[in-house]
Amino acid sequence: MSGFMSILKRDLHLAIRQGMDNMMVVMFFVLAVVLFPFGVGPEPNILARIAAGVIWVAALLASMLSLERLFQTDYEDGSLELLTLSPIALEVIVLAKITAHWLTTGLPLIVAAPLLAVLLNMNTEGFPMLILALVLGTPSLSLIGAVGAALILGSRRGGVLLALLILPLYIPVLIFGVSAVDAVIGGFESKAQLLILSAFLMGALPLCPWAAAAGVRQAIE
Amino acid sequence: MSVFSGKNLICVRGERTVFAGLDFSLEAGGALVLIGHNGSGKSSLLRLMSGLLKPASGTLSWDGEETGEDPEAHGGRLHYVGHHDAVKPVLSVVENVSFWASLRNGGAAANEAARAALDAFGIGHLCDVPGRFLSAGQKRRVNLARILAAPAPLWLLDEPTTALDRQTIAALEATIARHRTGGGMVVISTHSDMELDAFQVLDLADYTVRQTGLEQAS
Repeated sequence: MSGFMSILKRDLHLAIRQGMDNMMVVMFFVLAVVLFPFGVGPEPNILARIAAGVIWVAALLASMLSLERLFQTDYEDGSLELLTLSPIALEVIVLAKITAHWLTTGLPLIVAAPLLAVLLNMNTEGFPMLILALVLGTPSLSLIGAVGAALILGSRRGGVLLALLILPLYIPVLIFGVSAVDAVIGGFESKAQLLILSAFLMGALPLCPWAAAAGVRQAIE
Repeated sequence: MSVFSGKNLICVRGERTVFAGLDFSLEAGGALVLIGHNGSGKSSLLRLMSGLLKPASGTLSWDGEETGEDPEAHGGRLHYVGHHDAVKPVLSVVENVSFWASLRNGGAAANEAARAALDAFGIGHLCDVPGRFLSAGQKRRVNLARILAAPAPLWLLDEPTTALDRQTIAALEATIARHRTGGGMVVISTHSDMELDAFQVLDLADYTVRQTGLEQAS
């Protein structure tokens, strides 16, 4: 446990010192959402209809932007080798890095999302559900993304490859995340969608660190 | 007394056999120096010993127990210094070293241990300087301070003298001597001569079976 905390603290420390990187992810999120009214037109009804979907897609793309660096910098400067050789299980190390990634990218996105929902004229009844769905969904995005980030280590143009590997896997989270919000706005129950989102998270929590650790071991060999 | 040994090790990299049928045995307080020309497998052997690489065949054991059985326990008893120095540019020197120490001793007194280790390599005055301002030799010293900051019985040093000045090489030799008198083991690959006493030399030329590529000067 103390090893988990040491790595989490170090990664947060690194993220804060390189503050611009995380700011850019949030800026990308905001800009991507703001582009839609220009493209679709400023019709409030249309924007309200697509708001949840636009915010989720933008959040997906934004969280993917920063995933490439999840292991890459440690891989390049040799830290990843040394982390692998530490007495702490690699799965725990990977989970600590994923947690740090979510805290530095997922959490700011959740904070920014209601503001963007206002810009898109989303029905205010959907706000709490949007936040709740993002809280349940974005950790899954970081977890699934970590597997891709481990697999692309050592490859050139890893960023594009990462998108190709990971985006298809994000689709289930996207579907249920959006439909949870739409259901509430339409006056329906959204318990089922939330349960499925939680199930994704519960499944990804043990499986993804394990798979990502296997990918990391493969990469440093 | 702990014993670290390898039996009949075979290393294959990219379908090329780097070495085969390699044996070694190292007792507490011992030192093993790996020599051989470029590409003879010194780094591969060190990575194999650390567990970063898996041998194609053969066994590595610590006190008779196979190291692959419990990689975390093996990781806990070794320090590996490779080609990269793993110094984070945005963290200060002491933060860099104390992070690695905290992984091993549970965070207790990591900071003091890091400062003492940095002093031993003559860079105590650089404690609060961010890693990005260090020269190659200073980064290497930070990396070497890392292995001093948290004790481990086995040191695997892959060309540790790269970019070091004469004075620091002497400090490293003294550190290794102290480590060995305390019952520690060292495996070093080196091109330059280092002053060590009573060490074994493993010449990788005698063990190498080359199938393609490099010609062996026999």
